Amino acid sequence: MNSASSGRALPWALVTPALGWTLLFFVLPFVAMAVSSLTAHEGGGFTLSNYSQFFANPSYWQAMVNSLQVTAIVTVISVLLAYPFAWILAEQVPERWQRLALMLAVLPFWTSYVVRSYSWLLVLAQNGVVNRALTGSGLFSEPLQLANTRLATVTGFVHFFVMLLTLTIFANLKQLSPSYRKAAADLGAGPIRTFLHVVLPLTLPGIMVGAFLTFVLCIGDYITPQILGGNNELLMPQLVMMQIGRRGDFPLASALSIILMAVVTIAYLACARWLKIERA
Amino acid sequence: MSINPKTPNPTTRNTISVLKSHLHSACAAAALLLATGSLAQAQDLNALIWCDHADPALLQPFEEANGVRVNVKEFEGTGAGLAIVEQSQPGDWDVMVIDSIDIPRGVEKGLFEPLPEDKLPLADLFPQVKMDSSTVVDGKRYGITEKFGYNTIGYNKTKVDPADMQSMAALTGDKYKGKIAIYDYYLPVIGMAALAIGKKTAELTEADLPAIKEQLLKMKANAKLVGEVTASQTALATGEVDILVGGGEWVTAGLAKENPALDFSIPKEGAVLWSQSLAMFKDSKNKNLALKFIQYIMSPEGQARLATSSCYWGMPANTKAALSDEQKKILRFDEQEEFLARAQSYPAPNADLDKKMQDVWTEMLQAQ
Repeated sequence: MNSASSGRALPWALVTPALGWTLLFFVLPFVAMAVSSLTAHEGGGFTLSNYSQFFANPSYWQAMVNSLQVTAIVTVISVLLAYPFAWILAEQVPERWQRLALMLAVLPFWTSYVVRSYSWLLVLAQNGVVNRALTGSGLFSEPLQLANTRLATVTGFVHFFVMLLTLTIFANLKQLSPSYRKAAADLGAGPIRTFLHVVLPLTLPGIMVGAFLTFVLCIGDYITPQILGGNNELLMPQLVMMQIGRRGDFPLASALSIILMAVVTIAYLACARWLKIERA
Repeated sequence: MSINPKTPNPTTRNTISVLKSHLHSACAAAALLLATGSLAQAQDLNALIWCDHADPALLQPFEEANGVRVNVKEFEGTGAGLAIVEQSQPGDWDVMVIDSIDIPRGVEKGLFEPLPEDKLPLADLFPQVKMDSSTVVDGKRYGITEKFGYNTIGYNKTKVDPADMQSMAALTGDKYKGKIAIYDYYLPVIGMAALAIGKKTAELTEADLPAIKEQLLKMKANAKLVGEVTASQTALATGEVDILVGGGEWVTAGLAKENPALDFSIPKEGAVLWSQSLAMFKDSKNKNLALKFIQYIMSPEGQARLATSSCYWGMPANTKAALSDEQKKILRFDEQEEFLARAQSYPAPNADLDKKMQDVWTEMLQAQ
C-alpha cells in the first residue's frame, strides 16, 4: 500500500467505529420504526392509517398540544431560573468555591430519576410538606391539589432541567473573556447595558443549547408526567406507551414516535442558528 | 374465542413484512439480551411473568426442590409480553403468565402448547374462574387460571361510609368528589362503567360505547387521578384519595397489616372478575420442567405463596390453597361464592372493539 492510499484509508478507519455505532444504534432502529409505522397492525401490509389516525383523533392531537405546552413552559421557566443561578455561580461565587457550588448544583442528578419523581409526589401530596406549610401558616384553610396536576409535572421537570441549563450557561459564561465587559465599561456602558448588549447576546448560544436539550428531553419524557401528572391529561410519550401495553400496536406507537421526532427536528431547525458547536 | 381472519399468510407476505421480519431478526439477539439479563442454561426455566411471580418466597421452594433456576422477565400488558416473545428465538421461553382472556391471542399466534388436563388440579379450582371460554381453544386447554380477583371499589372505611360503597352511584355523585382515584387500565374500568349503566360486560358492543364514555367522564370529573398499580395503591394508602375505582383485594389485601382500614366492596351493580393464567410455550425446550412449574404454582402451597405475593395479593384459583386463617380473612376467602355469583366477566373485545375502547379511554383521560 502506498502512502497516498494509506493516507486516504486512515480517516475512514478512524471514523468507522462511530459510523458503525450510528448505523447500528440509530439508523437501523429508525428505519425499523419507520417501516413499522407504515405497516397495518392487523394483517400487515402498507398503510398510512397510523399517521392519519393522529390527525383524525382529537385526543391524539391534544396529546401533542399538551406536550408542546408543557415543554414550552418548562423550557422558559428553566431558562429564567438557570440563567441567574449560573451567573451568580460564574460571577459572584469565588473561584475556589465554584467547584463545590457546581457539585451542589448537580446533586439532584445523583438520585434516580424515578425516585426523584416519587419524592416530588410526596412533597406535593395532600399531606405533603408544601400543603402542610400552606395550611399551617394560615394562608389556606384546605390543602391545595398540587400532586397529580400539570403543575406537579412542570415542577418535576424544572427541578431536573434547571440543573442541566445551569451547567451549559455556566460553561458559556466562563468562556466569556472579561475583556468584553472591560471594553464595554471603557465605552461608558453601565452594568445593565453591558449585560443586555454584550453578555446576554454572547451567552445566547449556551442558553439555546441548554434550552434545546431541555426541549428534546422534556418532550420525550414518559416518567415524570406519568408519576406526577396523575394521568389527568396525556402527553405524547404516554400516548405512545398506551398503544403498546395491552394491544401491542407497535405500528401506531411507531407513527406517533416519528411525529414526535418530526416536531423535535422542527425545533432543531428553528434553533440551528444558535446550535453550532463552535459557538456553544 | 376470536381468530383474526386477517392473519397474514406466510407465503404471501409483502415486501414491508419481509423487511420488518428481517429487521426484527437483526434486533432479536440484542433485544433478548436486554430482556433477560442473562440467557438460560440447559435446565433453567425461563418465565415471562407478572411481578407477583418474582417473589423469592414463591420461586425458591420450586428451585430448591428441583435443583433448577427460574429466570424471570416481568412485563406489563399482553401486547408487551407477546412483543418480547416475537423478538426472541423459539425456545427461549418456557412459561408465560397472561390475562386469561388473552390466551386465544397466543394460541392464534401458534405460541402455546396444550396442557395435559389429567395432570392439573382442575377439579379443585373455583368453577367460575376456570374460564374455559378463553383457556380452552378447539377442545384443547392452553391455559390454567392461577389467580383471580375483582376490579371493583376499593376504599378506606374510616374515611367513607361503607354503605355508600354498595352502589356505583357513589362514584359519580358529589359526596366523594376529589376523593377518588381511577385505576388506569381501560378494560376493567370500562367493564365497571358498563355495569354502572346496567350493561353486561360479556355483551358489550360498539353501540354501548357512547353511554360508557359518558359514565367514564362522570367518574373522571370526580377523580383526583388516574393511576397505574403503584400510583393508585400509593394514593389510597397515603390518604391522597379515599376510593379507588377498579381497586379490590389486589390493592387492599397486601396493605392490610399496615392499613387495616382499607377494604373493598362488591356493589349491587356487580364487579369485574379478573383472572390470570399460566401457559406453556409450544417451543419450550424444557416442557417437563415447565409442566412441573405449573403444577407447583397450582399446588396448595404454591397457590398460597402466589396469593400472598409481596407484589400484590389475589385470590388463589385453587380452593385448596394452603392459606392461614388470617390470610383467608384478609382475602375474604369465605365470601367468594357470593362475590363470584355477583361478578361479571372481564370484557374480552375483539381487536376492533378493543381499539375503540382504548380510544374512549384516551378521550376520558384527555377530558378536563
